[in-house]
Amino acid sequence: MTHGSTNGTANGPGTGPATGTRAGPATGTAALTGPGAATGSTTTSMTRSATGYAPRRTLPLRVEIVRQFKRRRTLVMFGLLLALPWILVIAFQFGPQSSGQQQSALRISDLATASGLNFAAFALSVSANFLLVVAVALFCGDTVASEASWSSLRYLLAAPVPRDRLLRQKIIVALGYSAAAVICLPLMALLAGTLAFGWHDIQVPGTGETIPALDVLPRFGIVIGYALVSQLVVAALAFLISTMTDSPLGAVGGAVGLWIISTILQAVEALGSLREFLPTFWNTAWLDAIAPELDWSGMAKGASVSVTYAAILIAVAFRRFRRKDVVS
Amino acid sequence: MKRVAALVAVLALAGVVTWLVWPSASEARGLDQRIAVVDGPADDQRVELDATFFPAAGGGKAPVVLLAHGFGGSKQSVRQQALRLVQDGYAVLSWSARGFGRSTGEIALNSADYEVKDVKQLIDWLAKRPEVRLDAPGDPRVGIAGGSYGGAIALMTAAYDSRVDAIVPQITWADLADALFPDGGGQGPANGVFKRMWAGYFFGRGAPVQGGGAAQGLGAAQGLGALSQQSVPLTAEQARCGRFLPAVCEMYQQVAKTGRATPQAIELLRKSSPVTVAGRIKAPTLLIQGQRDSLFPLGQADANAKAIAAAGTPVSLAWFDGGHDGGNGEADWLYDQTAGWFGHYLKGDGSPVPERFTVTRDGGRDPGTRQRIRLHPESTAYPGLGGTATTTVTLKGPEQNIANPPGGSPASISTVPGVSGLLGGGGGATNLSVGLDMPGQVAVFESAPLTAPLQLTGSPSVKLKVYGKGQVTLFAKVYDVADTAQPPNLPAGLVSPLRVTVPDGADSVETTVTLPAVDYRFAVGHRLRLAVTTTDMGYATPVEPASYRVGLAAPALAVPTVSALAAPTTGVAWWVWAMPLAAIALAALILATGRTPSRRRILTVRDRRRTTTAQQDVSPDDVLAENDARTVTAQRDNGRSDTIAKDDRHAATAQRDDGRSDAIVKDDGQAAAVQGNGGSGVFVKDGDPSGAGLVPGEVEPVSGEEVPLEISGLTKAYRNGELAVDDLSFRVERGQVLGLLGPNGAGKTTTMRMMMGLIQPDAGEVRIFGDRVTPGAPVLSRLGSFVEGPGFLPHLSGRDNIELYWAATGRPTADARFDDALEIADLGKALERAVRTYSQGMRQRLAIAQAMLGLPDLLVLDEPTNGLDPPQIREMREVLKRYARDGRTVIVSSHLLAEVEQTCSHVVVMHRGRLVSAGPVSVLLSAATSTNGHGPRLEDVFLDLIGEKS
Repeated sequence: MTHGSTNGTANGPGTGPATGTRAGPATGTAALTGPGAATGSTTTSMTRSATGYAPRRTLPLRVEIVRQFKRRRTLVMFGLLLALPWILVIAFQFGPQSSGQQQSALRISDLATASGLNFAAFALSVSANFLLVVAVALFCGDTVASEASWSSLRYLLAAPVPRDRLLRQKIIVALGYSAAAVICLPLMALLAGTLAFGWHDIQVPGTGETIPALDVLPRFGIVIGYALVSQLVVAALAFLISTMTDSPLGAVGGAVGLWIISTILQAVEALGSLREFLPTFWNTAWLDAIAPELDWSGMAKGASVSVTYAAILIAVAFRRFRRKDVVS
Repeated sequence: MKRVAALVAVLALAGVVTWLVWPSASEARGLDQRIAVVDGPADDQRVELDATFFPAAGGGKAPVVLLAHGFGGSKQSVRQQALRLVQDGYAVLSWSARGFGRSTGEIALNSADYEVKDVKQLIDWLAKRPEVRLDAPGDPRVGIAGGSYGGAIALMTAAYDSRVDAIVPQITWADLADALFPDGGGQGPANGVFKRMWAGYFFGRGAPVQGGGAAQGLGAAQGLGALSQQSVPLTAEQARCGRFLPAVCEMYQQVAKTGRATPQAIELLRKSSPVTVAGRIKAPTLLIQGQRDSLFPLGQADANAKAIAAAGTPVSLAWFDGGHDGGNGEADWLYDQTAGWFGHYLKGDGSPVPERFTVTRDGGRDPGTRQRIRLHPESTAYPGLGGTATTTVTLKGPEQNIANPPGGSPASISTVPGVSGLLGGGGGATNLSVGLDMPGQVAVFESAPLTAPLQLTGSPSVKLKVYGKGQVTLFAKVYDVADTAQPPNLPAGLVSPLRVTVPDGADSVETTVTLPAVDYRFAVGHRLRLAVTTTDMGYATPVEPASYRVGLAAPALAVPTVSALAAPTTGVAWWVWAMPLAAIALAALILATGRTPSRRRILTVRDRRRTTTAQQDVSPDDVLAENDARTVTAQRDNGRSDTIAKDDRHAATAQRDDGRSDAIVKDDGQAAAVQGNGGSGVFVKDGDPSGAGLVPGEVEPVSGEEVPLEISGLTKAYRNGELAVDDLSFRVERGQVLGLLGPNGAGKTTTMRMMMGLIQPDAGEVRIFGDRVTPGAPVLSRLGSFVEGPGFLPHLSGRDNIELYWAATGRPTADARFDDALEIADLGKALERAVRTYSQGMRQRLAIAQAMLGLPDLLVLDEPTNGLDPPQIREMREVLKRYARDGRTVIVSSHLLAEVEQTCSHVVVMHRGRLVSAGPVSVLLSAATSTNGHGPRLEDVFLDLIGEKS
């Protein structure tokens, strides 16, 4: 504003010299503080913020973890994930037994009872497509939107927790819960399956080849790691929607809905290699990790696509939220 | 934004609808014909061929493709492929060969005397069709494609009829005698081992059911039907020979009985063998052979290719994943290759021709679809079955005794013709089969685990030493052994039979065995196992029991490799690493550019305001008469401070209100005084009605005293452009309890949200203790707020909520003053209950307590008394007054004017986003009293101000 004299910058929107006159440091605070004020003032003239306030100390992770952990949906989701393997075990025990004769085309479900490892792979395969997606979408989609719906978001922001920091802490905790969910299911399945079906070598779906159990155990770590990475897209998508809406269910549902659309598009073979760039396309690439020949290419592509989407979605979430008018 | 979205949606919908409604190419109509031909060695046999002619889809004169069906099929078998070719601009003639379908005649196995003559007459017939392009009168532009039986007729016809311009024979034979009587020792069919099961299928009524490729198409289904249907009673002759030519039938019956090929049989079969006449083929030939084919293995195509190439004719060879034993079939890929070949040599449209040698290889699973993917590495030269290089793999194993069981049973199993393809073809990996060797019948020689992967392409060979007497029939095969529990793989299920004769007087003989040609990759750590068995289910073996000893004459297995075929590098695709990096860079960019709030919107608002300003400048005299925000702006442009401008606006308001201006507006002296106070004080004080902690207006600080709240020029527009807060300016001093008054929609809450940094103003600013409020500005830590109702985590108790909230501020617990705050909340034991069980009043009190945590210097409360009962309201009033008395500042918005009157020292009245009045409560009240006789009621004043007085 170089022409303030004629253009009324005295009342201008915050950039003109008129405001500048007021922006000087409050050097006179101590002197002018009345006797009554002295007792109650918790301020320092240097920082102009309350004593003890530091932006980087706001919303510590442990606080956010506690805030989220006591929620019913957190507990229910973990309960469900931990119970699912046992439900499956019971289902396999009570279901009509096959004659033991394996078909030539071995499906992963046919082999589920072959060993604890097979069972864990089966449990992961049946849950990765939907249950884990919902779990991750829940933890990441709910986190900001629920605060908005409770109106607690505005008090956190006015505390003030800087917006970037709020999102950062929130997504760290949400990803932490998501990771815990993705990890706890196969681990519990491994435990349940081992107790129910024993500790044997893993039999590979399709060919029925066998890999020694100890060889496959580190591969199982790869499987879980890949499952985590591939869920990043859901997490980021849910998180982005979470910062845009006041409705937690909207955020979760929106992320899951888009996920389903991507899955449907993936079935359209006419899209050809374009489908490779759908976030869901490489979801099952972890099966390569328990093949006789460990093949990284699919998982590399899947991780690449996943990280790409996640990075952009999260960046957009931060950018939007920074400038967003919080009206909830 | 919405319009763009709607436009995109409409366009997408339109696109989808168009795509759905777009007329698909009309189904080509075939013309069914019965074409009479004459054939036989003496050209005296009349045969009617059942044919269908499809003119090209585009009309006009088109090159024509003759589509031949496989054994056991008919013209219907190739219908799908015909339709596809028709769409691609070819005329197509499909016909049922003599002895098949509705054609008359007997099967002569593509003999030059019979079937070849038929097809030549079909070409004659085509030359007369107006839809067919001619090279010369009577010479149509014609290609022939077909699989198996149909492939052989393509080769045979091309050899006998120079009018043929291009052929694509698939999974077919070069030498029928050699195919049925193979000998891995290389001594020809006379010494060969009879391929009993395949021959049985071939000559029996039940034709082999395996569709090898596109040319088979429906053939597979028909074949299946043929296996299960047996409805029409047969005559004795039909039952014996089916529709075979008697000579063929006789020959088969003889060789099948003895298991040995007689010279007559070989002569007859050779008449049906392209290899004998391949040198005459001038039509460019694309040979497509299946890797899973124990009937016509890759060696057959090798023989054809060499024979045709020797004559200088262009030949390409493709080994695809399919064949008579199943495999994937790769129908689409085969069609593309075929269409490319014909496109180049028939249409001359410059289609890229398949390279001289192409091999389909397993590309692993597509991680997305979990389907097998196939790679098609190419080589510019066909290396033959010996490869371009040879890797020698050392085999180890002692000489071993093996026995031929009496009757040749039980037999080892490598491939079960016609069955293995059905059961295992689709499901498993390519080229994987499990062989089954009978104990006591197999000698095994193994290599050490491979230290590098070995890609075998062609026929390995090994030199064996066989001890025995007379003729010894053996079967050699190479397994891929992984050192795990999984069974060894027999690549493609192929086995190489051999018959050696131990010379009289000698006890052993050495022989070089050519093993089956395959393309197979042995992984690192796997071992190669040469197995030599005495039996194989698919072959005729001696009935007499016998025992032999088998050893390695040289411990070396020569493995041909073709380095030129190295698969296209399947390294990590570039985007795998590039895309995430780009995304992260983009994310960084998104974050970096988003760090400061965009000024664009503000500028727009400002520009708009400036425009109106300019208009107003034209007639400054009228400006005063208008009570419009623009008035303010216009006057500001006259060089006056905003304080004055505001006062003038008040004047304008007052003028409208029938001369009641003196009730509200400060007199000139006051305005001047304010102006003298640095030009920033909007809030004009006239005495101190509450007397509590007010800084007197006269001692307005000049050296930068921290003003608790200063709002200047604050403007915020709704999305639709309507101003929620319009150029609002006021200032609150330390110790004041300020009431923010206004009807619903006056912009109070929006203003408060801007104070908290929740909403970004479009113009103007809020300063708290001198610091400009931005989202998350540190100075907000000195602000306690309660706006638009409480915000708690419903699942946590009141105490947890309060404590966690304080923990979230990151400030020391000792500063929180929990006890003071909770005393205000006065929740008692309810503090330990989950907040969701609270009443509204309880939440309200808890929220106010939360706002007071840490005793902030500036407390902003929005409707704090909502939901409180009268005693609590009274108490709250005292709390607020006390709070301000300690030198802090309180801002309260309320609808309850009486409340404000009793609680607040000062008041700001807003209406429609604008400031209507500001000042000490007492001044407002006294002004009201002076105009009418009523008692000093804030309500009257307020209603006056907002112009709602009735």
